[in-house]
Amino acid sequence: MLLEINPLVLPDPGLLIWSTLAFLILLFVLGKFAWKPIMKAIGEREKGINDAIATAEKVKAEMAQLKSDNEKLLAEAREERAQILAEAKAIKDKIINEAKEQAKAEAAKIQADTLQSIENQKMAAVVDLKNQVGNLVVEVAEKVLRRELSDKGQQEHYIKQLSDEIKLN
Amino acid sequence: MMSKSVKSLLVAVFSLFIIFNSNVSFAQENGKEHHPSENTEHKGDFDVTGFILDHVKDHHSWHLWGHTSIPLPVIIKTDKGFEFFSSSKLSGEHHEPVVYQGNYAYKLVEGKIKIVNADGTVNEEDSKKVFDISITKNVASMFLTVLLLIWIFTGVARAYQKTGVKSAPKGFQSFIEPIILFVRDEVAKPYLGHQYARFMPFLLTIFFFIWINNLLGLVPFFPGGANLSGNIAFTLALALFTFIIVNVNGKKDYWKHIFWMPGLPTPMKIFLMPIEVLGVFIKPISLTIRLFANITAGHILVMSLISLIFIFESVFASAMAVPFTVFISVIELLVGFLQAFIFAMLSALYIGMAIEEHHDHHEDIPVI
Repeated sequence: MLLEINPLVLPDPGLLIWSTLAFLILLFVLGKFAWKPIMKAIGEREKGINDAIATAEKVKAEMAQLKSDNEKLLAEAREERAQILAEAKAIKDKIINEAKEQAKAEAAKIQADTLQSIENQKMAAVVDLKNQVGNLVVEVAEKVLRRELSDKGQQEHYIKQLSDEIKLN
Repeated sequence: MMSKSVKSLLVAVFSLFIIFNSNVSFAQENGKEHHPSENTEHKGDFDVTGFILDHVKDHHSWHLWGHTSIPLPVIIKTDKGFEFFSSSKLSGEHHEPVVYQGNYAYKLVEGKIKIVNADGTVNEEDSKKVFDISITKNVASMFLTVLLLIWIFTGVARAYQKTGVKSAPKGFQSFIEPIILFVRDEVAKPYLGHQYARFMPFLLTIFFFIWINNLLGLVPFFPGGANLSGNIAFTLALALFTFIIVNVNGKKDYWKHIFWMPGLPTPMKIFLMPIEVLGVFIKPISLTIRLFANITAGHILVMSLISLIFIFESVFASAMAVPFTVFISVIELLVGFLQAFIFAMLSALYIGMAIEEHHDHHEDIPVI
């Protein structure tokens, strides 16, 4: 048989036993004193690195959030400012317009009052004039009447004179 | 530029090699014709096969240089109980095998301990009683790697505890950590999914055990030089661990796929059952043979190239033998890593197939 011819491919039981024993010892010793702490340390380090990366990502996200919040706030403030300005302008315009209206109304009222008082004074003056004309007429009549009694020619002349005076007046 | 010159050098060396080879084979044939009766004493009949196999095989002593070797303890069990003695008792002054009288008369015959009769002939009947569990060169080398691995990895583990988790790895730790991560991310996770952590100790141990033995096997002198990962007993032992872990952890689905493949007509199920049952055993056997063959082939290749110098009996042969040996050795470095990776990866794959919870049957990985 080929297996018997070549000792190379014939497993030696002694070496087989020693190999098994050596491997068991190695597996036990290394498993307990090497692989366990090494794997644990590597695992912990990887976990630490992953945690650090996760934290960094989180911080980055938070920063981005903060930045966008800030921008939002800024935009809001800007908008508010614009709104306030617009409102102020509107109020200003309103006040000015109101003042103008009021002034106009006041002016109109003053004008109307003035016209009224002018009218009143005019009417008073007319009444006064009428009274004075009446008095003058009465006076003239009195004088005419008195002269007529004394001289007829002269009376006529006087009337003529008086009427002339009136014309002149 | 660099790679180009290296390439042309290789081409030149290779063509030289072919030319020399054809010439020398002629010369050798002539030589054999002239001295057919003379044995290995003659330089021209350098026994290449013996030389290479002697290196690839296991030994009862650890050869250092020249006639100096470290004797190793021999432990054997016969029907008369255990015996324990030094391997130096089995070799004489000039490394020739001598008879040692224990419970029986023992002698090394082609590296194996045999019982010999009083007249010096091997007693095959009695020799079957010898159960050899000696600390051979491979066993000694294995213990050395076990100590080395424990020293390295407990040191690395201590470094983690000392420097803390948050700091970057330093020194040897920074060399080991990427490899551990490689095993975790390329071997364990893709095949075992979320259950990978349970099998990490096994995969890491098997990966580093094979790798360091592959590397030490490439070192030509003490404390390397043993061909442990190219020994079929060693690879069989490791494959047996994979086999046991796979089948102990096998889920219901795994066994169902072996004995009664779902989703197929009944005759097909009956037809597939023996094939699948065979597959259970072929998987670890393929692991055994793959590692053994790859590493042994590498060793044989390197030794063959070195042997060229002795075959040609010329120091000039080293001009091509040495660069080739260096080239193959560098490839062997890669192969050493690759085979450790493949062994661990296939182990993970087999375990993954056994622990997988099937939901649909169209994505099954075919049995190798």
